[in-house]
Amino acid sequence: MNLTLKIWRQKDSKTKGQMVDYKVTDISEHMSFLEMMDVLNEQLFAQGEEPVAFDHDCREGICGMCSMYINGEAHGPDRGITTCQLHMRMFNDGDTITIEPFRAAAFPVIKDLVVDRSAFDRIQQAGGYISVNTSGNTQDANSIPISKHAADEAMDAATCIGCGACVASCKNSSAMLFVGAKVSQYALLPQGQVEAADRVKNMVAQMDLEGFGNCTNTGACEVECPKGISLENIARMNRELLKASI
Amino acid sequence: MALSAIFLMIFLIIHLAINFLSVFSPGLFNEASHFMGTNPLIQFGLQPVLLVGVLFHFIMGFVLEIKNKKARSTAYVKNNGAANSSWVSRNMIWSGAAILAFLALHFYDFWAPEINIKYFKGDMSGLLNPADVNSDFRYYQELVHKFADPVRVIAYVVAFVFLALHLLHGFASAFQSMGVSSIRKKQIQMGAKIYSIVLPLGFIFIAVYHYFNH
Repeated sequence: MNLTLKIWRQKDSKTKGQMVDYKVTDISEHMSFLEMMDVLNEQLFAQGEEPVAFDHDCREGICGMCSMYINGEAHGPDRGITTCQLHMRMFNDGDTITIEPFRAAAFPVIKDLVVDRSAFDRIQQAGGYISVNTSGNTQDANSIPISKHAADEAMDAATCIGCGACVASCKNSSAMLFVGAKVSQYALLPQGQVEAADRVKNMVAQMDLEGFGNCTNTGACEVECPKGISLENIARMNRELLKASI
Repeated sequence: MALSAIFLMIFLIIHLAINFLSVFSPGLFNEASHFMGTNPLIQFGLQPVLLVGVLFHFIMGFVLEIKNKKARSTAYVKNNGAANSSWVSRNMIWSGAAILAFLALHFYDFWAPEINIKYFKGDMSGLLNPADVNSDFRYYQELVHKFADPVRVIAYVVAFVFLALHLLHGFASAFQSMGVSSIRKKQIQMGAKIYSIVLPLGFIFIAVYHYFNH
């Protein structure tokens, strides 16, 4: 298929960016979106032009690096996927595809489609962990009974890969789905109880400090999340915060 | 926001219940209005709380909107919001602004004249003719008089459509923000649909009823 691509090009974080049009031809419908981008970059490289910078690593939907806003949606027009799992069969011959970086004040553009998501790392560092004494006397986690229901819910929350699609999709650039998942994965387990109050308070404080917006429950994050993280995690985070604050 | 929203939703039920009395019994409506308008606990206890609740909800709504806009300094060139969220959830600020505009009219129509009569003119009797103790209460007459104007009735109907849109998202959203578990999601969504359609429809019915019956 032959496509027209409208891609956000930005030299660096200090330079103003703009949309630039490109044509790509003979794209197979079996290609992934990133493979199509590889074709474009080979073409640009052969023409002596600067290739389009975009993040990618595992290319199997686990790393969450491929942060692209395609035709007005995080990771494009499909559900439960990252950009590397988006296939060209989702598009038609002759289509014009708009490709932008994830937009949020807390995710500044580094170059082209690459954004800085280290705000998520700082939120994690504020409380997204459990303190374990590794002196050699650590209790075996398997010896602590945990109900199947709680274990499943904690695992569901822990599948969040921190890709930032929730922030990108939210009209308020809210990070509450991410923080809710990271709070929940510990809040549901006995190991997470000791630091539960400090964790939620510190992570929410850091989230606010980073400049993310507030959740207005539109549900866009849940729909666009490649891992299907549920809004229930935001409700749980709110409960945890309420409990920790009173 | 969520707390003030739940408080205002409870208030609206009471408001509708009293207004509905005007359809069934003008006498009961007058009695209830007089009680609400002269009881010290309601006038000096609950009324200020309600005013603070209304002000808090609107001010916080606008403050949050400004903060949320700041969180995305560069807008998307192409954004397909309809792909993942409802129109009402994305436009709460506009439905809220429409309700605020309506409240200005509503206060001008009913609240400001009440305050003027009771606290500036010092007439706490609630009577059509304060000099005559056998005179009827004025509340029903005032209500009927207001809804004789078709432009005002249309404005009220439009405002309550905006209220319905606001509540369609706001009802469930308030509970979600309060941390209510998604185990009760279906019941809350059902409650949201019933409340956000039945309540504004009730207010619309009252305005239209008085227009056509007087």
